[in-house]
Order: sequence, then structure tokens, then C-alpha cells
Amino acid sequence: MSDPEYLALRNITIAYGKTVAVNDVSISVPQGELLALLGPSGCGKTTLMRAIAGLLPLTTGSIALNKRDITRVPANKREVGLVFQSYALFPHLSVFENVAFGLRLRKISGDQLQQRVDGAIAMVGLQGFERRLPKELSGGQQQRVALARSVVVRPSLLLLDEPLSNLDARLRLEMRSELHRLHRDLGVTMIYVTHDQTEALALADRIVVMRDGCVAQSGTPEDLYERPTSGFVARFMGFENILSVTPEGLAGEPGRLDAATSSVRDARALAWRPQNVVLGQGPFSGRVVGASYQGETTEYLIDSAAGMLKAQSPVVSQRFAPGDAINFDLPFDRAVKLAES
Amino acid sequence: MMRMLGFAALGLALIFLLGPFLIIAGAGFSSGDLLVFPPQGFSLRWYGAVFEIERFRESFVLSMQLAVGSTVLALLLGVPAAYAMARYQVPGGEWIRTIVTAPVIVPAIIAGLALLRYTVIPLGLPVMAALVLGHTALVAPYAVRVVTVSLTHLRPDVEEAAVLLGATRTGAFFKVVLPNIRNGMMAAFILGFITSFNQVPVSLFLTGPGVTTLPIDMLAAMEFVYDPSIAALSTLLALMSVSIVLIAERVLGLSRYV
Repeated sequence: MSDPEYLALRNITIAYGKTVAVNDVSISVPQGELLALLGPSGCGKTTLMRAIAGLLPLTTGSIALNKRDITRVPANKREVGLVFQSYALFPHLSVFENVAFGLRLRKISGDQLQQRVDGAIAMVGLQGFERRLPKELSGGQQQRVALARSVVVRPSLLLLDEPLSNLDARLRLEMRSELHRLHRDLGVTMIYVTHDQTEALALADRIVVMRDGCVAQSGTPEDLYERPTSGFVARFMGFENILSVTPEGLAGEPGRLDAATSSVRDARALAWRPQNVVLGQGPFSGRVVGASYQGETTEYLIDSAAGMLKAQSPVVSQRFAPGDAINFDLPFDRAVKLAES
Repeated sequence: MMRMLGFAALGLALIFLLGPFLIIAGAGFSSGDLLVFPPQGFSLRWYGAVFEIERFRESFVLSMQLAVGSTVLALLLGVPAAYAMARYQVPGGEWIRTIVTAPVIVPAIIAGLALLRYTVIPLGLPVMAALVLGHTALVAPYAVRVVTVSLTHLRPDVEEAAVLLGATRTGAFFKVVLPNIRNGMMAAFILGFITSFNQVPVSLFLTGPGVTTLPIDMLAAMEFVYDPSIAALSTLLALMSVSIVLIAERVLGLSRYV
């Protein structure tokens, strides 16, 4: 049915002089999937995306799209759409003409042009704005025009570069669900580049986390959120307390790994989310150095022999103040095992 | 106190800037035959007379053709140059930038002499070709600078967007870049036109028998005829430049580019 190697990136390396921006990356994307490329700035995700679009040459490696090797196909012949972070609308053209741009280049005119542009504009909910210029639109509206302009030519692959980063929080949520709907309705294969893990988790079928030009981990949102394999991915997914495992036990807390917990001994490190740190009881002790009220919960910063830890507990349970000595527990059944810290 | 001094300085500056113009304009309204200020009597006679003088009509037409021709040429050279420097890492780009803007810094009279001595005479160029060459070189830096300013307002990813929608790089330049730097090009054209039209030092070396620009012709005329027609003509030309700039400012926002 759907091709599991619809987009195949094979051993891609992109180097500028001595700087290697992307280092031997291989990713396969099945048809219709929404893949998120997630990572901090400078991890190579944008470079990789521009290379897929054909805006940057590969140093080594190959790209195949729908069984066709496009490594040397110029950007204007790849049928790959890109929604730019800055939207990159044509400032001198109306909304209608922005959307019609790609169709006119494909020699589509008359009723067919009108229908397809109208369809794309309706799809992003901008009916009535056809005659406006980009500068007369809000950021969210410009974003929609950029989307309509990219999908109206029915690209084989749609790339989105941090598409929500220039919007305010409320609009971001709205556009997020809009993107979800668009992906479902169009069935187009998408690659979504972002540094925001909540966006990636909410939207993507699969996430590839990048670090220093390499793939750090890939998997479904559940895989990454619940089973990160490295400290880097764990921190990205909200495991803010990472303790390395040494032959003597947990770092800073020797002897805390007893026979009952031998299952975690083979890990290099253990990680806990703040909400999984149990406060008020347990074998660990430390001192509260910070408490910040966050409505439902209070977040505590605890200074302990194992280092600075972050804990979160419901406001209704007992409260602690900075300076309080505190006992706490790091339950091993809530920890994730990391192969590297 | 400081405020008073400020106003006084401003007043002085205005007198020095506008004074000569007012004196010339006034002298042109004279009804007498001599160029003097204050004018003797008042008439529009000399403002009418300038249109009747054959040699001024001829050199006016030539100046117009020269200004339009050399400005168009300067844009044809300057737009690609500005584009290349704005978009690509041109090897030695800083050097090229300096060289391209050098004619703004080098005194025009030296440029004119050099052009005559080392290009026009050795190549035996006809007078009109020499004038076009000189004026193009003079105007090109303005074209490069003004177009560069308007290019910096157009993000490069707008062109990439056009390419990803199927346009070639050349297609993207004509469909996306050119329409968006149109105002800058118009501004460059107006500045270039006025620079060329009012140009004296370079033209001084390059004009020849029977082929003279209007400002040079006026300079020559003053040595023989000393009637108020020169004053009237100067006033009309100044008004022409000022109105072109004012209209351009209204329509294009000229001052954004210079």
C-alpha cells in the first residue's frame, strides 16, 4: 500500500569547509507520514531540510523521492513544497496571486486556475482576503497564505520550517490543529522542522531528534516521550533529573542501588521527570532551595548529594519552603534507563 | 539662549542656500538687457525668450538624451552588480564595492580628465559616445547604491519560495525581484537623470564641436552674452529638478533610498 521508503535519505553529509552540519544521516519516511525533525538550533535540522528541498547541495549521500533519485534534480523540478519560517510571501502580489504563482508557472489558467486557487484559499479559511497584499495581513493569515501557496501545486513532499515560531501562543495552538487537519485531509507527506518538543509530540506520527548533525533518536512520540535512550533526548522530553549510574551505585548516593533494583544496574544513567520525584518521604535527603507556584502544582528545586533536582508536586499536598530540609524518593519503577548520560 | 543661536544658524544656512537662487530667479524677471540684481523693472520677457534661443533648444535635447541614455545604461550595469553583491559571496566583493562607488568620491573633474586622456583620445571615440561613457560611469554608483538599499528589503527566501514553486533562478529574478525593486530603480533613475543633466566637470572635458550639453552651453554663453536669459534658464532648470525630486519623494519616498 503506502511505500515505506517514499522519501529515502541515505548517508547524507553536508559540510561547509571544515564544519560538518549534517553527518551521515539516513532517514526513511513512509508515504503520508508527518515526520518531525526536532532539535536545538544548530543541530543541522534546517540544513537537512534545505538540502531535501534542493536549496543546498549534498556533500555525500543521496535522496530518493517516490522511487526517483532526486539528488541532482534542481529545486524547481523537485515538486517539494516549503513553508518558510518567515512565510516568504511575494510582497508585490495579492493573496490570490501568491497562491496562483506556482499554478501559473505550470501553465494552468482560466477556470481551472480559479477553482484550484479558490479551493486552496478556502482550505485555509481566507475567503474574502484574495485581494489583500501580504503586508495587510496578520502573521497568522500570512502563515495560511504560505500554506495554501505550497499545497495548491500538490507537492510530492511538504516541508515546514518552524512554521509556528513567529505566532503568539494562542494562535500557535490554533494553527497546530489546523496543520493536523490539513495533513489528514490532504494525505501529503510532511516534514516538520521544529525545536519545540510539545509541537513535535502533538503533531508528528514520528519524530527524529537531531543533535550535532546526527540522529540522536527516532521513534513515535510515545517512544521518545516514555523511552528516551540518551540524556540529551531525555532532557528534551522533560526528564530533568538525570543521575548517572556507577559501579558503586547512583552518582552522589552510593549504596542506593540495592539488590531489589538490579534491573537498572546495566543502565549508564537514570532519569526522572519532576512530577515523579516523591517528596516528604524516602531514603534521599536534601534541602529546598527554590519553590515556584504554578497553579495546579508547585515546582521545587532541591539541593541534594546527587546534585540539583527538580520536583513537582500538587499544591494540595504538603508544602515546603526554601530552606526546609526534606526527604524524598526517586522511585526506580518510574525511572527511564539511559544508555548514555 | 541656545535656542536663539540655533535659529540664527538655521536662518544663516537658509540664506546661503536659497539666497543665490532667489537672486538669480529675481534677475531673470528684469525688463532690461543686462544681468543685474536688483532687476531693472519687471517682465516675463526673458523667461519667454529662453525658449526661442536655438542653441539652448539643441543642447537641451542633447542633455535630455544623454541623461536618459546614460542612466538607463547605468541601471543595466548597476542592477545586476547590486544583485550579485547582495546575494552572493562575490570574491573580492569589498574591493568591487569600493571601486564601484569610487566615482562618488573622486572629484569629477579628475575623472573627466582621465577619461579624456586615457580612453576617449586613444580610442578616438566620437563626442556623443564619450559623453555617454563618462555620464554612465558617473551615474552607475548611484544606481548600485540605491538598488542595493531596496534589495536589502527583499529577503532572499522570497526568491527561494519562487524557485520551489517551479521558477528558474532567472524566472524568480524577473517575476519576484524586479517588481519588488521597481521603486528603487525609479529612484535610481531620477537621481541619475538629475546628476547627469546638471553635470558640468566631466562634460567639460568630453563635449566637442557642435555637441554640447545644456550646462556647458550655458557656461559658454555667459562669456559672450550677458543678458538675463541665462538667469531665467537657470531658474527654470532648478525648478525642474526640484519638482522632479518633490514628485519622486511623494510617489516613491525617494529619501528612503539615499
